[in-house]
Amino acid sequence: MSTNLIEFKDVSFRYGEDQPWVLKNVSFTIDEDEWVAIIGHNGSGKSTIAKLINGLLFPQEGEILIDGKKVTEDSIWDIRKDVGMVFQNPDNQFVGATVQDDVAFGMENRGISRETMVERIESTLNAVGMKDYLLTEPHRLSGGQKQRVAIASVLAISPKVLILDEATAMLDPNGRKEIMQTVSGLQDRQGLSLITITHDLQEVVQADRVLVMNGGQIWDEAEPRKIFAKKEELREIGLDVPFVAILADALLDAGITIAHEPLNHEELLEDLWTLHSKT
Amino acid sequence: MNNSLIIGQYVPGTSIVHRLDPRTKITIIFFYVFIVFFANNLPSYGILILFALASTFISRVPIRFIMKGLTPVWFLIIFTFILHLFVTKEGTVIFDFWIFKFYSGGVIQGIAISIRFFLLILVTSLLTLTTTPIEITDAIEDMLRPLNKVKFPVHELALMMSISLRFIPTLMQETDKISRAQASRGVDFRTGPVKERIKAIVPLLVPLFVSAFKRAEELAMAMEARGYQGGHGRSKLRELKIEKIDILVYFVFLAVITVLLLTRTYG
Repeated sequence: MSTNLIEFKDVSFRYGEDQPWVLKNVSFTIDEDEWVAIIGHNGSGKSTIAKLINGLLFPQEGEILIDGKKVTEDSIWDIRKDVGMVFQNPDNQFVGATVQDDVAFGMENRGISRETMVERIESTLNAVGMKDYLLTEPHRLSGGQKQRVAIASVLAISPKVLILDEATAMLDPNGRKEIMQTVSGLQDRQGLSLITITHDLQEVVQADRVLVMNGGQIWDEAEPRKIFAKKEELREIGLDVPFVAILADALLDAGITIAHEPLNHEELLEDLWTLHSKT
Repeated sequence: MNNSLIIGQYVPGTSIVHRLDPRTKITIIFFYVFIVFFANNLPSYGILILFALASTFISRVPIRFIMKGLTPVWFLIIFTFILHLFVTKEGTVIFDFWIFKFYSGGVIQGIAISIRFFLLILVTSLLTLTTTPIEITDAIEDMLRPLNKVKFPVHELALMMSISLRFIPTLMQETDKISRAQASRGVDFRTGPVKERIKAIVPLLVPLFVSAFKRAEELAMAMEARGYQGGHGRSKLRELKIEKIDILVYFVFLAVITVLLLTRTYG
């Protein structure tokens, strides 16, 4: 079989006959074990991609293949075993009365035996650092903790793809950090592809590849460093350029040449303090 | 918002009463409510009181929680007592003054009925004090299972109950947030005539309903994304199990019923 875990072939989608196209002729592939970030401003079609992947929506044109299976009405229940999704609102995806019930929910739906459930609840909660909260009710958890539980519940069904659909958008800076740390810790897991959907450029730095969406089409597709270099264009399509990128630009204007486009503060710092010894 | 908010009135604990299978508790309370009306003399009331007080004692639920549960019904208990005092005209006159004429029968009847009330409230509140709402939901789902045969959606009902319970604190926090937001815009919930205060609730309810519907929609999507396809073929994490202690409690309760039936006066 091919290593293309997800394949979009000329996919177009709109919510109704008289509605504008949300996605227009979108094609891309995502490999096994790859981390792809999809970025775009509101209404660029990025969340629609996520819903198309696990069959919450179906395209009007084109086709979507997940691990070689076409997404149709008949195959969605199989596909949802392979595709796990974490949504934006931490409260509105917490089904269980306690943390362990919530993690169990997806497994209960698949008729997994009780012993396996208990094992997986423990291992997945461990993976997201929430094992001390087994019996806690959702209203006693912070937003970041709830999202970590949501990640654990998705991992519990051992999917091939984990999609985070703006999972950090409603969190405070601490919550965001928690989630990004949790997610980058998961990347090393065998056989798990990651798709993170966001409008925050800061969150794409660790990804292997970035898809930039604009007006329902793929505007650019490259590794994070190359995307960061296109500051002006990014700004034009409504994305906020991170502070380090702006600073790097200003340094360049001031005549200080940096070896490569920095992704974060540490890299910029490293470049700056070794600058003199290199030249 | 109060973070220690407890849904219902559950008091956490590890006593035998807490650990009993919720089905055992519901079954026993069902029959207890039934047999309370069979008691008609001192020993039969005695055994019922003994059973209720012993359960309360074993549960180790602090008395003040039990009293809190009884607060709304004190009035009812006292009212029934007084009613019987006035209405029942049996036995000897024990008090006679102006239009007040109380009979001994009235006093006894009044006390008996008040005790029945008291016992009913005591055992039922003991159930909610020692059982989490989710356990009660599980028990109800399990006990209603036979109704599946007549196409009654037992699983859906139980899921609805557990989701409602799970969202009560969330919606309460939201209500609190909205009422503060509206108060900061000049809506007055606390003063003024009743009619005005009822009107003031409208700007509270509308956003609450809008957001509740939005939540429901998102929750439905999240549940679907996690593979929910209805009750068929589902397994369950929480498991109800009848233990030795449940059997023992059933026997104790059977003994109570036997003693009651033997001691009550017939005819």
